[in-house]
Amino acid sequence: MSTQQQQPEEPETQESPVEGEPETESAPEPQQRRLERKRLGQAQREQAEAEAEPEETKVHLKVFRYDPEVEAKQEPRFDDYYVPYERGMTVLDALIYARDEFDSSLTFRHSCRQAICGSDAFFVNGSQHLGCKTQLSELEQPVRIEPLPHQEVVKDLVVDMDHFYDQMHSVEPYMQQEDLPDGDLEEFRQSRENREKIKMSTRCIWCGACMSSCNIAAGDNQYLGPAAINKAYRFAMDEREDEEIKEHRLRIIEQEHGVWRCQTQFSCTEVCPKDIPLTEHIQELKREAVKKNLKFW
Amino acid sequence: MYEHDVIVVGAGGAGLRAAIAAHEAGADVAMVTKLHPVRSHTGAAEGGINAALREGDDWELHAYDTMKGSDYLGDAPAIETLAKDAPEDTITLEHWGMPFSREDDGTVSQRPFGGLSFPRTTYAGAETGHHLLHVLYEQVVKRGIQVYDEWFVMNLAVTDEPDPNDRTCHGVVAYDVQSGKVEGFKANNGVIIATGGPGQAFDHTTNAVSCTGDGQAMAYRAGVPLEDMEFVQFHPTTLPSTGVLISEGVRGEGGILYNEDGERFMFEHGYANNAGELASRDVVSRAELTEVNEGRGVNDEYVHLDMRHLGSERILDRLENILHLAEDFEGVDGLIEPMPVKPGQHYEMGGIETDENGKTCVDGLYAAGECACVSVHGANRLGGNALPELVVFGKRAGYHAAGKDLGEAEIETGYTDDVEDETEADLPITPGEAGIEPVSASESVATDGSGQVAGGDALLEQAVEAERERVDRLMEKESGTKHADIRSKLQDAMTRDVNVFREEEGLKRALKEIQECRELYQDVYVEDPSRTFNTDLQMTYETRNLIDVAETITLGALVRNEFRGAHWRLENQIRDDENWLKHTLISWNGGKPSIWYRPVILEGEDKTYEPKVRSY
Ligand SMILES: Cc1cc2nc3c(=O)[nH]c(=O)nc-3n(C[C@H](O)[C@H](O)[C@H](O)COP(=O)(O)OP(=O)(O)OC[C@H]3O[C@@H](n4cnc5c(N)ncnc54)[C@H](O)[C@@H]3O)c2cc1C
Ligand code: SF4
Ligand code: FES
Repeated sequence: MSTQQQQPEEPETQESPVEGEPETESAPEPQQRRLERKRLGQAQREQAEAEAEPEETKVHLKVFRYDPEVEAKQEPRFDDYYVPYERGMTVLDALIYARDEFDSSLTFRHSCRQAICGSDAFFVNGSQHLGCKTQLSELEQPVRIEPLPHQEVVKDLVVDMDHFYDQMHSVEPYMQQEDLPDGDLEEFRQSRENREKIKMSTRCIWCGACMSSCNIAAGDNQYLGPAAINKAYRFAMDEREDEEIKEHRLRIIEQEHGVWRCQTQFSCTEVCPKDIPLTEHIQELKREAVKKNLKFW
Repeated sequence: MYEHDVIVVGAGGAGLRAAIAAHEAGADVAMVTKLHPVRSHTGAAEGGINAALREGDDWELHAYDTMKGSDYLGDAPAIETLAKDAPEDTITLEHWGMPFSREDDGTVSQRPFGGLSFPRTTYAGAETGHHLLHVLYEQVVKRGIQVYDEWFVMNLAVTDEPDPNDRTCHGVVAYDVQSGKVEGFKANNGVIIATGGPGQAFDHTTNAVSCTGDGQAMAYRAGVPLEDMEFVQFHPTTLPSTGVLISEGVRGEGGILYNEDGERFMFEHGYANNAGELASRDVVSRAELTEVNEGRGVNDEYVHLDMRHLGSERILDRLENILHLAEDFEGVDGLIEPMPVKPGQHYEMGGIETDENGKTCVDGLYAAGECACVSVHGANRLGGNALPELVVFGKRAGYHAAGKDLGEAEIETGYTDDVEDETEADLPITPGEAGIEPVSASESVATDGSGQVAGGDALLEQAVEAERERVDRLMEKESGTKHADIRSKLQDAMTRDVNVFREEEGLKRALKEIQECRELYQDVYVEDPSRTFNTDLQMTYETRNLIDVAETITLGALVRNEFRGAHWRLENQIRDDENWLKHTLISWNGGKPSIWYRPVILEGEDKTYEPKVRSY
């Protein structure tokens, strides 16, 4: 049975969202209400503080360290950091704290802090996560942070992404429809359904988590890998490109190290921080490729 | 040494668009960027891109809205260029495959945004910037344009004639973050700076950690004026704990702001009786902070943004990404509860002074995108106007640098004798006096004496040597102050005193603290001894840039004693058109900043924009 890890469905839809709450009826004077609410707020905050773990709450991080140049770090090792915990703190926040307060040489990529630049995928407690999107409160301690597996380590948590980029580039990741609609201001029409179909596939942020989680990719360096195949899907399914180009795309992904290597293990789908149904997309391309072959043979 | 016709510094929306244009115009182009292109901050833009595409709308309306939004501090030739070019440049993105949201007939959707008289914000869900960035990068891959990614540009190689208008830029000096080696990049035709904004000067910002104003600081030290830096946009809806942005698209779709008492304060307290939540950003930010300051904020810190009444279907169709952001970064489910929001630093309206062709006063030096100020946003940028700016002016800068004739620019750049000079502002300190290496522009600008060295090779070599020495110096030092400490001191000062509300005393206090940061910086050292991927070194460079840029923001805010757009002065809450319909320009001159002014251009192609009271 191939498919059926479903597209992560839209979050449980609440058909009738709770109505705008403003409590109005028979309320006391605004001034009075405000005071009361303030007092309530104050009391709640105090209670929350009292309930919170003792002030000295620290998170224990074990962070992978390696630097080809610096003697002390030439042998990979783990460093321990104890970072004061604040509500809402993410793995990335903790790393930044450790770097700024304890050791300026601790090295990792990061930029947007909002799960869109794709630069801080790490191996956290044994699986791939974006540091900025992962709450410390959800993790067991000590929190073990390592670079993405199956990629060459440049330094500490920084891995060499060149191979990943090469695979992405190899599927010709750009729109190839050259016949423009008449008139400079005429767009290609695209149906809502078609946009919906490719929507998830366009969300990839090139973080490399999927590739790093994939056993096949680990064993076969030439395997295109889930992200690149998903990129091919994004164009192959876009109705704005014509049939001929679609066939050209299918030929690329159907090659020896393409879709047929995938053994539907779902590990890519599980780790993708953008919830892209990667395995499903790969399966669908397999079906398309079969259809195409049936047509020709 | 590397050599190309056109070197683009930065690979966000503006840089990528510039590179594609220069390539189209036949130039050999290379991009040098400290992040891989798809990591650039443009990816975080959510709401959309403005372009007059539909019947009932036209570029003149777009220009009018933009001029009004700018509080009459935008230059008409720039604004009209933006409005005229945006439709075609937006459709070009569509032709390149951009997955815009669609109407039933398959055309691209548009939605209302703050300060717009027509729903002309074209969008792709709530992740427009992500798609724009990726589509542009795809076109760069398609064209085989060379990208030097994870190369940090440290300085520009510019000649040192006394008058910046006579100087020439021959290339840049950069270091390969992965290996640490410092190299020169020679540009035969031109260098285009597209390094994005300086949001990291503040500690509560929607901007990425990489937004450190590097290009602005480098251009400034090379003699190019920074224009209107005091105009910093604070976005009214950012998540309180992280600064992550909740797009204006939420209000565009009908999201409502409530105070702690459940009052729809934009109306009930009369901040914007017509436009309500959709008044422009400065108005809404001030309204929110006033609510908080007057005791009507939730937890004394923020207000609520409610979108539940829009219904899950509409939310999932158009704002799905917002649900993820609220959930991941604030633990709030936007479908069943209101989201907490407060103002955060968002966008720098000012920047490197350029004309409509992206050119600066230094020959061979261009700028585009958020780092530049062609003056389309004036005192306040309308939501959805930055992305068209990237594609319109990125493209023009690319063409021009590659030698394509775009016609004479109407906007003048650089110092001329007929501009107003007010260097003698009453300042509490002598900016620049404390020194920071380089102490003066002449130390930053490579010195070739006469500026006559053939082809600029020697000049570039000299600039490379200077940076190699600087790196050695920083790394040889064994102890000192950490950049992280200086950076956080700077951010605290800016957030406390150069925020939404400003007053003279606070601005002076901030200037003094910025000065202290300069002093501390003289003792800065790089703790990490390794040349491999040394982020410590990179952040040390960035921190220096932040100090220079923060100083221009604060100086500009101190001298502009009026209230206009995003710049609100406690002492003087009137817009003073008589004295202040002019741009603030700050130049780095002989070791200290000097301040001067240039009148705003309100004459458009066939009409003059009359300043009116800005009400929404
Ligand atoms: C959260 C958020 C949402 C937004 N939403 C919208 C919106 O809906 N609509 C809209 O119109 N605008 C929006 N904006 C504004 C708009 O996105 C930005 O102004 C714009 O993306 C900036 O693009 P840029 O190309 O100028 O710079 P960036 O995308 O920031 O790119 C800067 C580039 O410069 C490089 N760089 C920087 N310094 C150096 C150096 N020293 N050496 C080498 N390379 C360097 C970086 O690597 C990067 O590639 C939003 C902004 C934010 C922060
Ligand atoms: S498909 Fe998902 S996991 Fe893979 S690179 Fe893209 S965002 Fe990352
Ligand atoms: S920092 Fe950008 S994805 Fe995490």
